[in-house]
Amino acid sequence: MVDPRMVIIEERLKETSNVIAVSSGKGGVGKSLIASTLALTLAKKGYKVGLFDLDFTSPSTHIILGVEGVRPREEKGIIPPQVHGLKYMSIIYYSGEHALPLRGAGVSNALIELLAITRWGTLDFLVVDMPPGISDATLDIIRLVKRIKFLVVTTPSQLAFETVRKLASLLTELEIPIIGVIENMKRKDSLFIQQRVEGKGITFWGEIPFDNKIEEAIGNVNGLLETVFARKLEETVSKYLTL
Amino acid sequence: MHEWALAEAVISTASEIAEKEGIKEVTEVKIKVGELQQIELDILEFALSQLKTAKFKNARFSIEIVKAQLKCRVCSHQWIFMGENLDENTAEAIHFVPEIAHTYIKCPKCGSPDFEILQGRGIWLESIKGAK
Repeated sequence: MVDPRMVIIEERLKETSNVIAVSSGKGGVGKSLIASTLALTLAKKGYKVGLFDLDFTSPSTHIILGVEGVRPREEKGIIPPQVHGLKYMSIIYYSGEHALPLRGAGVSNALIELLAITRWGTLDFLVVDMPPGISDATLDIIRLVKRIKFLVVTTPSQLAFETVRKLASLLTELEIPIIGVIENMKRKDSLFIQQRVEGKGITFWGEIPFDNKIEEAIGNVNGLLETVFARKLEETVSKYLTL
Repeated sequence: MHEWALAEAVISTASEIAEKEGIKEVTEVKIKVGELQQIELDILEFALSQLKTAKFKNARFSIEIVKAQLKCRVCSHQWIFMGENLDENTAEAIHFVPEIAHTYIKCPKCGSPDFEILQGRGIWLESIKGAK
């Protein structure tokens, strides 16, 4: 017995130049905000961009982007709708406002299904908002998307960095490229994270200051792009991420 | 139309297996389709007929329907899910991503959404036969 979906996944992504997983060892470090703002920033620069929310049990990018009233189109698979210039895909099109309690095998199956049926078309960048940690979704995206690269998010906290250190070690061991580490929610000067990241031979993309205004910009894309958070991320993206 | 994506996956996978096994002309492809996903068989069959390559010119696509058997992880109750009591939107959501069942279906005995799909989830390629 063979699962036919596995073979088609690479085919679905063949016109996508870069697949970037925004990941972290811990929750609450700002992954979804960085993934969403990264995707919007790249789209603003004129790139063709997709955003795929892979955090099936706790999706949040649709709240950040203020996604409402759109659905994927069915055409020999499913075609994600355009949202603020992005091709946007999330489980929320199907689970709606309801809780989706999934164990590991369910996460894997849903992920494989969506990768197999979603037709992204031509993209310069597909940004993937990952769930935290190194369990099913992370292992599956590494297994199924051979060209995946990781952008890792931490906070200045030693606790967050400890989990990021383990994520980075795993990715390095598996020879999965880490394009950079971002230190988010920085409150005071410290080289603690930068030194440790660079000490591992990984590019430190820089720090993003804690932004009190960010909460007010949730759901308002124009407001979000005007925050200190977004402007700082744009500077970093311009420096490190080009085709 | 999601059946087209699944049919494309079946043809690609069967081609890959035929290539590996040195099969030049495929005569039979056996597919299992789970009831949970409520795949429309006539669309799937039509998509397979349209997408098949020269290697599958004389191939027979045999499709077996597998009942959706669920087992509650909390109380161990097992039941066959027949798609009853689902509105159109819910059925459509499960059609695209069967795991959405965990949002809408509960164990009929204890009400838990924590169940295992023992069989009948999606689409599987069981075997292919052909001439080498």
